[in-house]
Amino acid sequence: MMQEIILQNLPALLLAVPMLGAFATPLIGRAGGGARNLWTVAVMLATLAIAIVLTAQVLSSGTVVYTFGAGAADLTVPADSGGIPVRIIFTVDAMGAFMTLSASIVGLGVMLYSLSSASRSTGQNGYYALLLLLVVGILGMVCTGDMFNFFVFLEINSLAGAALVAYRVDKGVAVEGGLKYAVLSTLGGLLVLFAIALLYGQYDALNIAVLASRIQFTPLDQIALVMLLVALAMKAGAVPMHFWTPDAYSMAPSAITALLVVASQASLYGVFRVVFTLYGLTLNYVTIGWIIIILGVLSMFVGVTMAIPQKDVKRLMAYHAVSQTGYMLLGVGVGLAVLGNPQLLDSYGVIAMEGGIFHIINHAMYKGLLFLTAGAIFYRTGTRNLNQLGGLGHSMKWTMVFFIIGALAIAGIPPFNGFASKLMIYESVFLFNPLLAIIAMVVSILTLASFVKVFHSIFMGPRLPEYAEVREAPTPMLIGMGLLSLLVVLFGIFPQEVVDILITPAASALIDQGGYIASVLGGA
Amino acid sequence: MFFNLPFIVAALLVILGIITMLIKRNLIKMIMGLSLVEAGVNLLLVSLGYRAGGIAPIFTNAPAGVMVMPTVQAMTLTNIVIGIATTALLLSFVMVIYRMYGTANANKVRKLRG
Repeated sequence: MMQEIILQNLPALLLAVPMLGAFATPLIGRAGGGARNLWTVAVMLATLAIAIVLTAQVLSSGTVVYTFGAGAADLTVPADSGGIPVRIIFTVDAMGAFMTLSASIVGLGVMLYSLSSASRSTGQNGYYALLLLLVVGILGMVCTGDMFNFFVFLEINSLAGAALVAYRVDKGVAVEGGLKYAVLSTLGGLLVLFAIALLYGQYDALNIAVLASRIQFTPLDQIALVMLLVALAMKAGAVPMHFWTPDAYSMAPSAITALLVVASQASLYGVFRVVFTLYGLTLNYVTIGWIIIILGVLSMFVGVTMAIPQKDVKRLMAYHAVSQTGYMLLGVGVGLAVLGNPQLLDSYGVIAMEGGIFHIINHAMYKGLLFLTAGAIFYRTGTRNLNQLGGLGHSMKWTMVFFIIGALAIAGIPPFNGFASKLMIYESVFLFNPLLAIIAMVVSILTLASFVKVFHSIFMGPRLPEYAEVREAPTPMLIGMGLLSLLVVLFGIFPQEVVDILITPAASALIDQGGYIASVLGGA
Repeated sequence: MFFNLPFIVAALLVILGIITMLIKRNLIKMIMGLSLVEAGVNLLLVSLGYRAGGIAPIFTNAPAGVMVMPTVQAMTLTNIVIGIATTALLLSFVMVIYRMYGTANANKVRKLRG
């Protein structure tokens, strides 16, 4: 009985559990730090379990639809509503399920890591509450099937993220980063709402499926599309709207940075959802596809060239995050550019999209891992400056191993997961336009060069006198990093299995606009 | 023309707010610009929801007539609440910055660069 109720309400529970957890955290924190830590980890484990079961359900029996407040969860269009879904509906298709899974895995790693990294700080109750709220924002964005609901979760995501960036005031510098992030994401959020208002004014609907079935691509729709794309690409950290990323990523506590990467990817998911599901074939897919490709190539190139001269290790990694986002945009952009041509779509478009989507989860894993290693180094040495660090390979062996795994994965070296997704992007993009594939490869080489430099300056060289006392990172940190690096290696060794199980359904769910509409409106 | 007036005003408010954010160097004034953008979006939402001759969807003692679905009004309320939370968070950031840096001028609040 209990089991049945849980299985029927998975999409609601996916959000309710971490949200309840977030608001109960300060109360439970009064009972003591140990109880609170136990509680937050338990909540995160439960969320991950729900995400796994939900993903399994979506993959085995197709898109899961959940109508809030209706008599039955699949009663999307009530009989007396005149054929309009009036309620808030969650539509979890394979793409959404994939994003939930990736977000909750990183969330768990971050939570375990925080047990140590935040243990010496004050205000931990608020920290964990905001962390869980950030997870709620991310999960909500990728599960919802309602435009306005998407905006609300986008705001939860932005506010919790900005508050966490500024959480360690750090003589005001962290607050400066947080302010920048908050102002830009709020402006972005308002642009999204403006676009939603334009769509609602024309089609009298907020549900994505209903909008998608009615959309005409009028001039107003084009304005709405531009607003949605600009705002969401800014939140995803694509060049030329990337300037907040290094500030926010470098000033946030390291565990939070790993989660902010996932938060940006939720916005990236928003971009894909808007162009593929909401507009689909009505928009001028060749032009929009090329715009996304150019954004991607610019992000790749500008990100990596800005990363090379950086002295602050987290700032450097933040620019690499911008650069890697470019790969996802490139892969999916190529898929969009050939969306109307089934032959080209079959020959390389789908593979390019799968590469881009596969890169999302891979990036979340290895970039999260890299930020966590940077955090462990900062935790033990108290500096992030590459010129001051050195010789840590003697004392922090495990951290060094994890760093090597992350660095090789981001540079696309086999047998790590970055190689698997980048290879799919290279092969398919080469068929589309050889020049783009060559740029992508050059960027990978530059990435490798940059990380060799970082590795050398942090870990190599003689043991420095000022770091004689430095020991290995504490065990919970190592478990958090170990969890992510295990996945990095597993995904790298068995890429075909991951692609078959998770990525191919996600890519086809994005392409299949009709299926998305039918899952909500039923029938045709 | 007159019918479109609320939409034009809403768009103007948004543009005015963005310009304010770009040209003002005081952080508080930049946040005021953000609030203007928000007001513009709210005005757009509310004016979309206006239907001439419609009545509010309150069933108790309702007069005869066509009821208006209050979706956009609900959206506006939600956005106002979100806006309050955002503004409070932003202003508290500015307070901390002022306490730490001794200024709220965006040209001087620049420790992060490169």
